[in-house]
Amino acid sequence: MTSSKKSQQPFPHRHLLSCEHLSAPEISYLLDLADADADANRTGSAKRHVLDGRFLINLFFEASTRTQASFEMAAKRLGADVLNMNVSTSSVTKGETLIDTAVTLNAMRPDIIVVRHHAAGAVELLSQKVDCSVVNAGDGAHQHPTQALLDALTIRRAKGRISGLTIAICGDILHSRVARSNINVLNTLGANVRIIAPSTLLPAGSDRLGAEVFTDMWAGIEDADVVMMLRLQRERMEGSFVPTTREYFHFFGLDHEKLARAKPDALIMHPGPMNRGVEIASTVADHSRSVIREQVEMGVAIRMAVLEALAGHLPRT
Amino acid sequence: MASEKGRAASATKSTRKVDATTTAFINARLVDPETNRDEPGGLLVADGVIADLGAHLRRNAPAGAEVVDCRGCVLAPGLIDCQVFAGEPGAEHRETLKTASHAAAAGGVTTIVVMPDTNPVIDQVALVDFIQRRARDNAVVHIATMAAMTKSLAGLEITEIGLLQRAGAIAFSNGKASVVDTRVMRNVLNYARDFDALIVHHTEDPYLSKNSAMNSGEVATRLGLPGVSKLAETIVLERDVRLVEMTRARYHAATISCAESLDVVRKAKARGLAVTCGVSINHLTLNENDIGSYRTFFKVRPPLRSDEDRRAMVEGIASADIDVIVSSHDPQDADVKRRPFSEAADGAVGLETLLAAGLRLVHGGDLTLIELLRAMTVNPAKLLGLPAGRLMKGAPADLVLFDPDEPWVLNKDLLRSRSKNSPFDEAKLQGRVLRTIVAGATVYQYAGVERT
Repeated sequence: MTSSKKSQQPFPHRHLLSCEHLSAPEISYLLDLADADADANRTGSAKRHVLDGRFLINLFFEASTRTQASFEMAAKRLGADVLNMNVSTSSVTKGETLIDTAVTLNAMRPDIIVVRHHAAGAVELLSQKVDCSVVNAGDGAHQHPTQALLDALTIRRAKGRISGLTIAICGDILHSRVARSNINVLNTLGANVRIIAPSTLLPAGSDRLGAEVFTDMWAGIEDADVVMMLRLQRERMEGSFVPTTREYFHFFGLDHEKLARAKPDALIMHPGPMNRGVEIASTVADHSRSVIREQVEMGVAIRMAVLEALAGHLPRT
Repeated sequence: MASEKGRAASATKSTRKVDATTTAFINARLVDPETNRDEPGGLLVADGVIADLGAHLRRNAPAGAEVVDCRGCVLAPGLIDCQVFAGEPGAEHRETLKTASHAAAAGGVTTIVVMPDTNPVIDQVALVDFIQRRARDNAVVHIATMAAMTKSLAGLEITEIGLLQRAGAIAFSNGKASVVDTRVMRNVLNYARDFDALIVHHTEDPYLSKNSAMNSGEVATRLGLPGVSKLAETIVLERDVRLVEMTRARYHAATISCAESLDVVRKAKARGLAVTCGVSINHLTLNENDIGSYRTFFKVRPPLRSDEDRRAMVEGIASADIDVIVSSHDPQDADVKRRPFSEAADGAVGLETLLAAGLRLVHGGDLTLIELLRAMTVNPAKLLGLPAGRLMKGAPADLVLFDPDEPWVLNKDLLRSRSKNSPFDEAKLQGRVLRTIVAGATVYQYAGVERT
């Protein structure tokens, strides 16, 4: 956070680490910026110069093709130079600590670092050790702010509003940073948020997150305006959380039968990558009401907006 | 079977030089939890033991005695801390017996029990002997040794409990890990009973706590950290109580942290079992919200719980269902603490802040001074069979003089401990140790201003 300029800046934060403390006007400001960026991207007039001469590092401790590509494209559309660093877990365990990595990169004087890390809180820890702006691109099961913002933008463009909508988030809530960020953003914007999962995939205290909790998907999806499916994170499933993907699909997969309980114009969303036939039926994923591809498109726009907003806090060149 | 002999030899006197002169502590507020004494008076020390005490000595010192004017401050038995993780042997960069003893002295702690979680593990007679020799040569407070109850703390094979006890091991523990195999635990308790050996157990189901970083609940969920349920502690404790019922062994739950565990202990005591328990100062004075945004100095084991549990622990001290308060002093260096929370080491140093942190509860009206000190002096002494921990004629002159009201702010860089991982860094504390006396000799004296 900055100090003196706080009152004048529409986005008064130096970093984007979490959605938990973003206000409704701050979120709306980002969505408005992104809305314009999305339109400009479609007409091919998007190349702007907000980040000319700036250097962005994509620092990914966890592999993610789509998020990294999305940040890279957003940064380049704004004129920044981009360096992609994929630091696999194994090379980290060879010695260098996260803080050493942060200090080393900081010494190279980048302007913005985009970080994904497998441990909750790691991006915030890194942000304390560097002088540049830091964007959280996902930290453990904690937060994934740009995903929630792009989801909000997608919903707002399709529905014209977010306030008052009933939005059901369904799937692996326990391991999901996407769910946590979305609950924050959608609540702040006035939506009625529901979460749906088997009890083994609901984190402790989930009834106190500001969402209505369902363990029965048929009930949870009833009259929903938006159905947001989450990926079943099978790589984090040590310890028998669900018996089989077949059973999971039967009770918690989005198929036409369950979808029929939602509103007739309900949006179908998924942050990707999808496990077709596990959490979502292939034909539902490709349904006319599916906005999964728009989510990807809005991803670039929202990341442009975030970088623009943070650019206001960079020292002048 | 040999238990008296074993226990008599157990607390190694590190300061063997006995003060030949008489020291008179006058104008003191004498506080002794065993006799519920809390009155103005004085105390005489001669030959390393308490020679006399009482109101009649408040202003009168015998001729020739060295006189210490206590200026109305509290003179109490030196604290006895049943759970200290020193780094020696194996992790001397974190703490040695010497540095731990200086930290203890600065905190008014005159006896520390060091845990067997070292490298190598204290599971052999020669290693008990090593600790005691190192303590004798380097430490300024008494150091007693807790030996491992299973070899390498692996939870599979019983150690030589009889011989270790004879060598001076004061009690037996499995360190920071529970014995998972119920049959091994039964055999440990059954075997230990023949020696009247005290079994001290950390209760944590490792399957439930696997990969966990903090207490499960809303705070963990918001932080996206994997949580462990309180049940992981209570389940093992309940199992152990059943085994104690069967074996009639002496059993001490090392550090409980939640209301449910307290309930289990209460019921076991009501059934007449030799079950006791301890709580760490952290679980009496901090809660999970203190973790804030991933502050790793608040990462301890068991994890900090809700404030409701914390309050239950305080009530457990007041009702004497919880027997002892430990610092659970666990030095960790910056390299293992300055990491993402789930990857950072557990543990907090606590020797130097034990008393001041505990006094928060007295100043807050939750405990009386006697209730607090009872769990830090006479109760651990009784549990371990030590003669210290009392203000009594003939008892060892292990004493602490402290001003219960003086306010100060902790600067972790001024800690004597070799590691600085204190959750009380920059915290406002009230209550200052002025002087610590071990076997009649002053081993710590507050200089009035903190060294820098």
